[in-house]
Amino acid sequence: MVSTDLRVHNGKKRASAARFSRAWPLHLMMLPPVIMLLIFSYIPMAGIVIAFQDFIPTKGFFGSDWIGLENFQYLFMLPNFGQIVLNTLTIAIEKIVTAIGFGLLFALLISEIGNRAINKLSQSLILFPWFISWVILGNVFLDVLSLDGSVNAIINALGGESVFFMGNNGWFRFILIFTNTWKDMGYNMVIFLTAIAGINPMLYEAAKIDGAGKLRQAIHVTMPSILPSVILLVTLALGGVLNAGFDQIFVMYNSAVIDTSEIIDTYIYKLGFYDAQYALSTAAGLFKSVVGCVCLSLSYYLAHRWANYRIF
Amino acid sequence: MRKIENRIRESLGYRVFSVFNYAIVIFWSFLCIAPFIHMLAVSLSSISAANANEVGLWPIGFNIDAYTQAFSENQILSSLKQSFLRVIAGVSVQMLFTILAAYPLSKEKEEFPQRKFYVVFIVITMLFSGGLIPCYILVVNYLKLTNTIWALVLPSAVPAFNLIILLNFFRQVPKEIEESATIDGAGHSVLLTRIYLPLSKNALLTLVLFACVGHWNAWFDGLIYMRDPLFYPLSTYLRTLSDRLNNVATMEDARLMMRISKRTLLMAYTVICTVPIVCVYPFLQRYVKSGLVLGSIKG
Repeated sequence: MVSTDLRVHNGKKRASAARFSRAWPLHLMMLPPVIMLLIFSYIPMAGIVIAFQDFIPTKGFFGSDWIGLENFQYLFMLPNFGQIVLNTLTIAIEKIVTAIGFGLLFALLISEIGNRAINKLSQSLILFPWFISWVILGNVFLDVLSLDGSVNAIINALGGESVFFMGNNGWFRFILIFTNTWKDMGYNMVIFLTAIAGINPMLYEAAKIDGAGKLRQAIHVTMPSILPSVILLVTLALGGVLNAGFDQIFVMYNSAVIDTSEIIDTYIYKLGFYDAQYALSTAAGLFKSVVGCVCLSLSYYLAHRWANYRIF
Repeated sequence: MRKIENRIRESLGYRVFSVFNYAIVIFWSFLCIAPFIHMLAVSLSSISAANANEVGLWPIGFNIDAYTQAFSENQILSSLKQSFLRVIAGVSVQMLFTILAAYPLSKEKEEFPQRKFYVVFIVITMLFSGGLIPCYILVVNYLKLTNTIWALVLPSAVPAFNLIILLNFFRQVPKEIEESATIDGAGHSVLLTRIYLPLSKNALLTLVLFACVGHWNAWFDGLIYMRDPLFYPLSTYLRTLSDRLNNVATMEDARLMMRISKRTLLMAYTVICTVPIVCVYPFLQRYVKSGLVLGSIKG
C-alpha cells in the first residue's frame, strides 16, 4: 500500500517536473511582454496615487503631500463638471445608435443591390473613411463646413442663408454625430454584410414558397439572422460609453461650442496641459477609468451572455 | 428561365424600392468620397480660386504650387521621416511582442498551467488604465523619452486586441501537426517559427497592415511627447499646422501666411497624409471583408 502510494506520488512529481520543463520556454516568451505591460500599464496605474496628492511634478509619484479626496471634491464641485459628464454620455450614446443603426440600414440596402459592380464599389467607398484619421477629416470638414466653405456655397446657390455650422451649439452637435456616422458606419455595415452573406439561402427559398415578399423576407429571415451581430456590436459599444471621441472633438471644436461639446477626455487634456493641474486631471482620469472599467466589464459580460463572445 | 420567373414575381412595389435603393446607395457612396475629391481639387487649384471658394470637385487654375511649397520646407521632410520611422519601428515592436505573448497564451491549460495568471494580467490592462497624466509623467519625467521615437513606439508595444486575434488564429492550427513535430523533437521555438508563423501568414499580414495604419494615423502622442516640432510625425504636424494657420501667433506664422494660401497648402498637406492609406486601402478592405478581424475575436 505504502509503496504504491509513494510511487504514485513520485510519478505525479515527475509529471509536474516534466510539465514545467516543457513550460519554461513559454514563461520565457511571456517575459518581455509582461515587462512592457508592467512598465507602460501598471506603473501608470500606480501613478494614479497623484490624484490624492497636492502633486508637484518634480517630486515624482510618491514625493508630494497627501490631501485625501480634496481633488475629487473640487472636481465634483466645479459648476460645469455635471454638464461635461452629460455631454460625454449623450454624445457617445447618439454616436453608438447612429453608427450601428445606419450600418444596419445600409447593409440591408446594399444587400438588395443586384448589380455586382455597383454593390462592390459602394461598399468600398462607404468603408473608406473608417481608415482615415480625424486629423485629416477635421481639416477637411472645418474647410467644407466653414462660413465660406463648399456646403454653404451650395446652400447659397439654392437660395438659403449661410449656416455657421462650427460656431452654433445646436448645429455643432449635429455635425459631430453626422460626421462620426459618416466615418464609422462603413465598418459596422461590412460586419452586417458578412453576416447577411452567411445566411442559408434555403431560408429565403422557404420564405418565398410560403409567399413572403422581399419586405417580409427582410423582416423574418434577414433580421433574425443578423440579430446576434447587432447585439454583439451594441454590447461591445456600451463598454466605450465614456469615450465620446476625443480625436474628433479635439480637432473640430472651438470655444464657441464648448458648452455642448466639452467631454471628459478633452477636459482631462485641458486640465493637464493647458492649466498644468496634474493632480486634478488625474482625478478626472481616475473617475473615468473606474466608471469605464465597470462599463467595459459589464459589456464583455453581456456580450458573453448574449452573443457567446469571449475575449480570451 | 429562373431569372425571368423571378422578374415576373417581383412586385411593382419592389421595383420602385429598387430605384430608390440604387439612388440612395449611390448618393451616399458619393458623399463618402466627395470630401476627399474636394480636398485634392483645392490643393491643385490656384490660390485665388481656392480663397474665393470657387473650387468644387475639380481644380480651377490647375497648378502644383502648394505641393512644391509644402515640400520646400524642412519640416515636411523631417515629419515624413519621423512618420516612416515610427511606422517601421512601431510595427516591428508591436508584432514582436504580440507574437511572443500570443504563442504561449494559445496553449491549453494542460500544457501551460499558469496561462490563467497571464490572461488576468493582460485583461486588467484592457479594462483599466492609469490615464493620460500618469502615462505622461512616466514617459517624460521617469523614462526621459521626450523627443525620441521610443516615446511613440513603446507605450503601445503590447496591443491586447491584436494579441487576442493572433492567439485565436494560433489555436486553429491542427493539434496533429504540432504533436508529430514534437515527437520528432521540435521545441517551442521550432514549433513557433516553422509551423505557427507560416500557417498564420494571413493573420500576421492583417495585423501588420492595421498596425501600420494605426501608427501612421496616430497624432496625439506626438503632440505631447515631442517638444521640438521637427520631431513631429506628419499627422501631428498636420494637426498643429491647421492651428498655426488659424491663429497667427508668431512672426514666423505671419510670414508663412503671407506667402501662401492657407487653404491650398493645408489641403496639400492633408492629401500627402492621406495618400499612403489610399495605397494600402485595397488590402485593408479585403481583410476587413474577410471578417478576419471580428470573426477571430469571436473566439
